[in-house]
Amino acid sequence: MVRRGAVGLDPVPRLDPVLTIDQATYDAIVAHAKRDHPDEACGVVAGPEGSDRPERFIEMVNAAGSPTFYEFDSSDLFQLYKDMDERDEEPIVVYHSHTATEAYPSRTDIGLASEPNAHYVLVSTRACFDEAAGNNDGPVEFRSYRIIDGVVSEEDVTITPTEESSR
Amino acid sequence: MAIEVRIPTILRTYTDGAKAVEADGATLTALIDDLEHRHPGIKERLIENGDLRRFVNVYINDEDVRFIGGLEAGLADGDQVVVLPAVAGGA
Repeated sequence: MVRRGAVGLDPVPRLDPVLTIDQATYDAIVAHAKRDHPDEACGVVAGPEGSDRPERFIEMVNAAGSPTFYEFDSSDLFQLYKDMDERDEEPIVVYHSHTATEAYPSRTDIGLASEPNAHYVLVSTRACFDEAAGNNDGPVEFRSYRIIDGVVSEEDVTITPTEESSR
Repeated sequence: MAIEVRIPTILRTYTDGAKAVEADGATLTALIDDLEHRHPGIKERLIENGDLRRFVNVYINDEDVRFIGGLEAGLADGDQVVVLPAVAGGA
């Protein structure tokens, strides 16, 4: 059959309710969140436009330097979007940490979410540190959401092995 | 006079999906009024109580307008304006 080769080649739906992310990128997000605790950490994983593949991990500075707020610095933000534009990329993942609360978008997160195509990853480090801010190796919560027009939908996270050759 | 304005994903509903549009104006205020004329509704997403919204960043030729006069920042033919929503949130 001539058409047989086309089976299964349909493009992945744009809003597939799963975040698929490789182990190295997952680990990098968790490490960043732990390192910046008790302040919120933030960043982006960019990928080819329309691909839904988070490939290029970009740690951002939290210009607010706060345990309860994060904001990309305005010139860093400009540079980030300029770089992505030049590479035909878009933000596939926008991540930040909560350091004292659960990994669920706050009202502020929901109100300010402005990338309808992105997976919003929330990491909580609240269980990783004891009261003296010592690392107790507790678990890091890692959850992903779509936030569109003020509506939050949680999605599954699938972690894939990192292929050394592709990085 | 033509100034290119780069539109972020979230505001492309006002520009029929266009990533960049043209507009005119000698200042950012005039440019935004012209944008509103061409793409009704967009102004309200940029301006609040007569000032730029706190979580909207506008750049003229790579410079954040907050450092170069805000809404009164001057514009000339060939300038490039970029609109980017802040990436921000909080616990």
